[in-house]
Amino acid sequence: MSAPPALLQVRDLNVRMPTPAGTLHVVRGVTFGVQPGEMLGLVGESGSGKSVTLRALMGLYRRPVTVSGTVEFAGQDLLRASEAQWQATRGAQIGMIFQEPMSALNPVLTVGTQIMENLRTHRGLRGRAAAERAAELLDLTGIPSPRARLNDYPHQFSGGMRQRAMIAIALASEPRLLLADEPTTALDVTIQDQILRLLLRLREELNMSVILVTHDLGVIAQTCDRVAVMYGGRLMETAPVGALFREPRHAYSLGLLRSLPGSGARRAPLQPIPGGPPNLLALPPGCAFSPRCAYASGACLGAEPPLVPVAPDRASACVHAAALPSLTGEVSA
Amino acid sequence: MTARPLMDVRGLSKAFPAPQGLLARLRGEPRRAVQALSDVHLSVQRGETLGIVGESGCGKSTLARCLVRLQDADQGEVRYEDLDVLRLRGLDLRRYNRRVQMIFQDPYSSLNPRMTVGQMLREALSVHRLRPRAEQDARIQELLTLVGLPPAAAGRAPHEFSGGQRQRVGIARALALEPDCLIADELVSALDVSVQAQVVNLLLELQERLGLTVLFVAHDLRLVRHLSHRVAVMYLGRVVEVAPTEDLFRAPKHPYTQALLAAAPTLDPARRADAPAITGELPSPLNVPSGCAFRTRCPHAFARCAAERPLPTDVAGAQVACHLYSAPDGAVPG
Repeated sequence: MSAPPALLQVRDLNVRMPTPAGTLHVVRGVTFGVQPGEMLGLVGESGSGKSVTLRALMGLYRRPVTVSGTVEFAGQDLLRASEAQWQATRGAQIGMIFQEPMSALNPVLTVGTQIMENLRTHRGLRGRAAAERAAELLDLTGIPSPRARLNDYPHQFSGGMRQRAMIAIALASEPRLLLADEPTTALDVTIQDQILRLLLRLREELNMSVILVTHDLGVIAQTCDRVAVMYGGRLMETAPVGALFREPRHAYSLGLLRSLPGSGARRAPLQPIPGGPPNLLALPPGCAFSPRCAYASGACLGAEPPLVPVAPDRASACVHAAALPSLTGEVSA
Repeated sequence: MTARPLMDVRGLSKAFPAPQGLLARLRGEPRRAVQALSDVHLSVQRGETLGIVGESGCGKSTLARCLVRLQDADQGEVRYEDLDVLRLRGLDLRRYNRRVQMIFQDPYSSLNPRMTVGQMLREALSVHRLRPRAEQDARIQELLTLVGLPPAAAGRAPHEFSGGQRQRVGIARALALEPDCLIADELVSALDVSVQAQVVNLLLELQERLGLTVLFVAHDLRLVRHLSHRVAVMYLGRVVEVAPTEDLFRAPKHPYTQALLAAAPTLDPARRADAPAITGELPSPLNVPSGCAFRTRCPHAFARCAAERPLPTDVAGAQVACHLYSAPDGAVPG
């Protein structure tokens, strides 16, 4: 809702997936924007639709999956773009990295070949110039002796190195937006720390925007400027990162933060959210979170509450947004 | 620390042969080995929760599997009360396995998909002859209630449950045998945060009610801090530090523990580090550095660290295997 034009503006994004049991409405009317140079966190539990949202932005879905709404990137609606326009944007201006580098990298091509492929397609670099640039990119992502490692295959890299190599490939085209789908979930904590610092540094150096999808609130707290919380295919809340952890304005965000260990005395019972994630084929009436919500009232069961502004730069889809307590001092390291 | 420990692990080692290429075999090169556990010492007090943390390849899961004899250790000794665990055979081993139960990370792959929960629990009761047939139904209902599942759960198969419920089934099956010690390997890692807390609470409550001793193997430091009385930190098959939980988290002593804690993302956006807590990759477990395994990434490493493996030393209530805390060269006799 702020003044400068967003690099990416998503409006009313819907993704539907037909299954034998019925059509799954996986992403339901999601609206958000990303500013140039901003790191936006998309957080949610399994089945919340966060990864599907990201893949839809990248145009990775084909029939029978349907994607509707608008995805405006640098003034152009990608969902209505021709295949040629898509090709010019995907990979070139929007890069993507995945959770499993081993399954995203081509095992029979050297890392150097895979970076240079991207350099040739999107930046027209060939031969020696491409090799030089590829080595620079590996160096930028913190891979030691980059020139020699260009000739290595993905299996010769460790997990953390593979993630660095995948970032180097994505950066080859100098994208303005990087989509990162759980990029550190498969990594050990000391390596995760290195990759997150790397993403922050690159964002700074290249003035890139990043959408980081994760289920880990700690990762969000450590890297993002703004957060969007998803549940049951909908955005529940968007907020600057500090504000979310201090005073969540959705009962779900509040419940999530309170369920984490560390808020009470050691070995004291935790405060779980009762029940389990919603069944997308049989969503409850009204707010999708209401059956598990401690604050649920009659007002939650009517029409599904829309995401509305509740403070400067903050929006919430919670009927009880104003009545929720703040968490100051409650959630600790 | 004066009480005799329930379980005492002394000098436990375990190596796995590494896969070898045809060429290397033809050349007659010696088969290399991954040293999963290397001279591990650990004691577990009755009724306590001991957290075991470390990154992948640190040997925490191998340790758990050796302790329940799913894997045979190469060397060392495990004492459980008066039992010499690694030498148990036949009926004695079966009795031990009843008393020390393991719960796995992925309940879906550790539960038989073709049996109902009731059949699984009945099997456990029958194999160990814990209840006469007539009392089994009542005991199964009791177990389901204990772990917070409805009575009707007995008639359902594992696929009919959610992840959190399945983990409850796994716990019920372990408890069916009336164990005095549970070894939980990444018990809640596969679960969503909001559901994790439900299972953690169940574990806390059961431990209180049944007086269980728990070995909690996990990589989630926040969770380990919440649950454990003491914590052991492992790195490349070795225990580098054991300390009471609050001491370990407030004042970590081993440089690896310090790095591990600093690298774990905190929930406070205001406390954000600019630089990574530690640089460098985990060395290959095929090629563990000489001396201290951590020295290649340690900011304090000095000559002695490469030459000599540090032994666990008592430092203000903690056991630390680091030359920064061990006696200077000259003071060590021999």
